[in-house]
Amino acid sequence: MKKAVIIGAGMTPVGEHWKLSLRDLAVEALLKAMDDAGVDKVDSLYVGNMVSGPFVEQENLGALIADWAGLGNIPAVKIEAACASGGAAVQEGVKAVLSGLEDVVAVVGVEKMTDAWPSDATRYLAYAADAEWELFHGASFVALNALIMRHYMKTYGYTEEDLALFAVNAHANGAKNPYAMFKRPIKVETVLKSPYIADPLKLFDASPVCDGAAAVIITTPEKAEELGVPKEKWVEVAGMARAIDTINLANREDLLTLKAAKIAAEKAYKMAGVEPKDIDFFEVHDAFTVMAALSLEALGVAKKGEGAKLAKEGQIAIDADYPIQTMGGLKARGHPVGATGVYQTVEAVLQLRGEAPNQVPDAEVGLTQNIGGTGSNITVSIFRRV
Amino acid sequence: MSRPMQVSRYWRHFREKYRLIGGKCENGHVFFPYRGVCPVCGSKNVEEYEFSGRGKVLTWTIVRNPPSGFEYYKPYPLALVQLEEGPVVLAQLTDVDPEEIHEGMEVEAVTRKVREFEEDGIILYAYKFRPVLK
Repeated sequence: MKKAVIIGAGMTPVGEHWKLSLRDLAVEALLKAMDDAGVDKVDSLYVGNMVSGPFVEQENLGALIADWAGLGNIPAVKIEAACASGGAAVQEGVKAVLSGLEDVVAVVGVEKMTDAWPSDATRYLAYAADAEWELFHGASFVALNALIMRHYMKTYGYTEEDLALFAVNAHANGAKNPYAMFKRPIKVETVLKSPYIADPLKLFDASPVCDGAAAVIITTPEKAEELGVPKEKWVEVAGMARAIDTINLANREDLLTLKAAKIAAEKAYKMAGVEPKDIDFFEVHDAFTVMAALSLEALGVAKKGEGAKLAKEGQIAIDADYPIQTMGGLKARGHPVGATGVYQTVEAVLQLRGEAPNQVPDAEVGLTQNIGGTGSNITVSIFRRV
Repeated sequence: MSRPMQVSRYWRHFREKYRLIGGKCENGHVFFPYRGVCPVCGSKNVEEYEFSGRGKVLTWTIVRNPPSGFEYYKPYPLALVQLEEGPVVLAQLTDVDPEEIHEGMEVEAVTRKVREFEEDGIILYAYKFRPVLK
């Protein structure tokens, strides 16, 4: 079977980019990735984006971004899977390369969220929920996650303080990432003192509304060699899978199991030939602190109900057994929704190349997990140093 | 600010939203809302099934930063209610002091206004759940 390698990565800082548009951000990240790979043309472009239509009245992002980046008349499409759009776009890019139909593929994830009023942004994000049976009743995305958070705490006896540890860890790492939105460490008290936005979920349990773009260039080892890309730059896509679950939270078999993540992770581990203990770092989807806990459980790193225990035992820090969010996670790096999965990929690439600001010593294998909806559409990808 | 373009989008769901009608498949699985394919076994032999409207609060929250269109109602309680027949449904709680809400609280469905669309817009009604009247 063919193999796919990432040979270039680029990103913009995550933040409130008042002076930059969606296309500015996407083109900047894309050109940086192409420059990093040393290529001036690609065979196709996949754009990870969630809600550009409502946010900036722009769809057809494939044509927009390929056109403005000067890529010529190549095939280019937008891939949408809610907040997992970025992860899905990377996987579609990899599939294109593995199929043999395209040799050099560009993937860019982009989201421009700060051009909308906050309450409209809250509405647009909830489009990833079930419009008729969730948003209709006034459910925001935060509220749906708050329902899960309360149930998690109640079922396993955790406190708001326990879950706050995930935010503290993310900020400690984000503080050293020049591309992160929040570059300052926080304490548990900071989280606890922040206002409730949907009880028991507080402002600091949640990732921010922000703008950003990230991009990668994918090809085969043979083509990478032909292009003269030095091997130190290659990162192999060792395993990947994705799965869906009910879109409506109320219809879940079990509110506290990210079944889609579990299914995707099992397939990805098998494809890569690794187990959770072989993974050197995890970029999980901590859009809300409780999601970090549930993700660790679904990925087989912690037993069911023990995800938050891992944080309490100090096992998620850079120098611990299961480092997560090494670049700040969604909480501190920021969560430009449709771009997040590509940011995670870029961060995995930097770790595996040994270029990360919070370098995990001798990192050889890393995992990214990208959640769309309240767990309804999830991607898991495993990357390996070549 | 989004506006409803078609009233039909809302009246399509009157049976579910006014009468809490879901589905029951040939193998006895009940679910809400109604759909033509059983989400449990995949059977396409499905009949309408009317729920009693009684249930218990499974988990709940207070929405303080609502999506646009719901600002007028904030803060409002939102819950996942487990119906006595089994399925779980998401809805707002009404006629309740937020301090009194707790997991396991017995509730019953009532019809209430959910949202208005500006001055000349339509008004949406649906189920909300209130504490069971003794």
